[in-house]
Amino acid sequence: MSAQSDSLHTFTPQAFHRQAHDALGNPQIRANFRRAMDGLMAKRRDVFSDWDLETLRELGANIRLRALAKLPTLLEQLEANCEANGIRVHWAEDGEQACRIIRELCEARGAKSVIKGKSMVSEEMHLNAHLEAAGITALESDLGEYLVQLNEQTPSHIIMPAIHLNTDEISAIMQAKTGTKKTRDVDYMTAAARAQLRERFMAADVGISGVNFAVAETGTLCLVENEGNGRMTTAVPPMHIAVTGIEKVVERLRDVPPLYALLTRSATGQHVTTYFNMISSPRKPGERDGPEEVHLVLVDNGRSSIYQDDELLDTLRCIRCGACMNHCPVYTRVGGHTYGTTYPGPIGSILMPHMLGLEATKDLPSASSLCGACGEVCPVKIPIPDLLVRLRKEAAGEGRGNVKGAGAKRSRKEVAAWKSWQWLATHPSAWRGSTKLAGKFSVLTPSRLGPWTDHRTSPKPAKTSLHVLVQQHQAQTAPSAKLPAKGGPAKEES
Amino acid sequence: MSARDTILKRLRERMDGPLTAPESNFAVVTHRGWSGEERLARFEAMITSVHGEVIHVTDSDWTATLADVLNRKSIVRLALGREHPVAWAAREALAGSGIELIDVDRDVESWKREQFERVDAGLTSTRGAIAETGSLWLWPTPDEPRLLSLVPPVHIAVLDADAIEDTFFDVIEAHRWADGMPTNALLISGPSKTADIEQTLAYGVHGPKELVVLVRHTSRKGA
Ligand code: SF4
Repeated sequence: MSAQSDSLHTFTPQAFHRQAHDALGNPQIRANFRRAMDGLMAKRRDVFSDWDLETLRELGANIRLRALAKLPTLLEQLEANCEANGIRVHWAEDGEQACRIIRELCEARGAKSVIKGKSMVSEEMHLNAHLEAAGITALESDLGEYLVQLNEQTPSHIIMPAIHLNTDEISAIMQAKTGTKKTRDVDYMTAAARAQLRERFMAADVGISGVNFAVAETGTLCLVENEGNGRMTTAVPPMHIAVTGIEKVVERLRDVPPLYALLTRSATGQHVTTYFNMISSPRKPGERDGPEEVHLVLVDNGRSSIYQDDELLDTLRCIRCGACMNHCPVYTRVGGHTYGTTYPGPIGSILMPHMLGLEATKDLPSASSLCGACGEVCPVKIPIPDLLVRLRKEAAGEGRGNVKGAGAKRSRKEVAAWKSWQWLATHPSAWRGSTKLAGKFSVLTPSRLGPWTDHRTSPKPAKTSLHVLVQQHQAQTAPSAKLPAKGGPAKEES
Repeated sequence: MSARDTILKRLRERMDGPLTAPESNFAVVTHRGWSGEERLARFEAMITSVHGEVIHVTDSDWTATLADVLNRKSIVRLALGREHPVAWAAREALAGSGIELIDVDRDVESWKREQFERVDAGLTSTRGAIAETGSLWLWPTPDEPRLLSLVPPVHIAVLDADAIEDTFFDVIEAHRWADGMPTNALLISGPSKTADIEQTLAYGVHGPKELVVLVRHTSRKGA
């Protein structure tokens, strides 16, 4: 499983263009994603059919905004209530610090083996690799995550980690790594995984999980899942460590039902998931099972910097349903690994630049047709297209400059070209002179203009400009008509 | 400065200044106005749509039905509590039936492997249910611990028909959950499932493969 860290280097956001090219040329990947995403879109549509979806989205967005408006106070309240319930709370400024906290908690218990529920934050901080390096095995227990881990890969979707693999591929992986027989029988494979993982649940010293909502009012950690591996992880081992981004807090318990309703329906088109698990304390005296120790690790990792800016802040409303990726025409064609980041798709493109900086991720905000599908389906109404545009500007050095790596995509040539155009366009005689010259020497213009001409032919200036043609035409048809005094495209309005 | 203080300071000294919180109107998640019958029908339709099995029983004959279910499913080792009236009545009825009754009122450490490998089914009570989503709600206790509804391959849950409410929001509000949460509160909607292998549904991936809900109705005189 040490290859987990290698695979992280297989795909990088810097190589987005090459990876997209490769994915588009891979019919298997395209078919696997297309089929899955089409199904998810249809299911989501059906499951909301008898709901006042707009009102529910409005409420969801309000709840998230209210939580963010009171964020520092709610985090303190969450901490106080968790501690009062017996849950120890830890804070981490970045992924590395969070990994260290978790490793130290494991070491303090002499833990050698960790079983994990699904947690995107732990992916974001590369927790498994960190624990492996310290001699602690970390095994994923969500079936999709387990398969991806067996295959020495990272998840390609935040809800369905193994969506890029089809049944035959999964059978081959399980056969090679666990000795099961080759089959297309999903029940057989599921049963085999159940047996393999049950042993590990029993043996694990520590269970690590994510958190879907953390309730400040009661100090409660909510977990959403279908498989029961989350319940196993948080109930069987003697210690449970929950890890979450600081934005996952909600103010009151009554805020949970609307968000839960939006999450399950948006994610997989389910009315409800099989389990909704709410944990408020470690095992109390007299109780027969559950962990003796529960810890909560609150991770910042770039979130407090997103929090600074009124516009960027909307990113933190996200409840990680994955609907934006299911509906994105780019994601559905290139798949999740292409992005080379923990969070792929539209949400990844607005979140990862803050975590990794725009130097590494400058292509991601452009990996969108801006068709608006992501913003339309987002259950908490995050204006994703607007944020993509904002980050494109930041990448080009035209935003407020408060995103890490702002200006990374700024090209000196491009800036100089626009500057000269601007000057020409506001100086009519120079403009007329230059268009005349361009017409005369049109054969000399370059046939390649960077990536723009990869799929287009380079434009050639016409021998005679439109302006001159119109003048000639008007002179012929209406000799008395008055011509505009000034020319130049920049003078459309005064 | 500690990580905690640094993070809180950054959040408090926000570049764009303080934020205002919008009002929330929760009407969309409550006030369904269903009758008792509609609630029951809705609950049943929803939980069966996710592979839950519903059997209607009365408070006088339910243990006989339980015995039938165990028989039909060839369950010979049933784990259950002792104190809850549901467990108590089941023990009474099943004594001498040949079904092995397994105590769960002991620390998991002392019988982890036994629980994982030798129990055929777990029987639990429920606190109520939610019509809108077909969910049971449970607050595990020392008498009926958390793993009883999770580890055995079959979970049999007893639900009183008049304990079904419209929505999750209604349950949280009506029972004032916020005033005191238990160690673990649970919603269960169907047996454990996954669609991680090419979107094909498979049951019992980690938890129970089957969920049987005995919905108990108050027996009327002459009925
Ligand atoms: S951005 Fe919206 S649609 Fe995308 S994962 Fe987050 S909540 Fe879901």
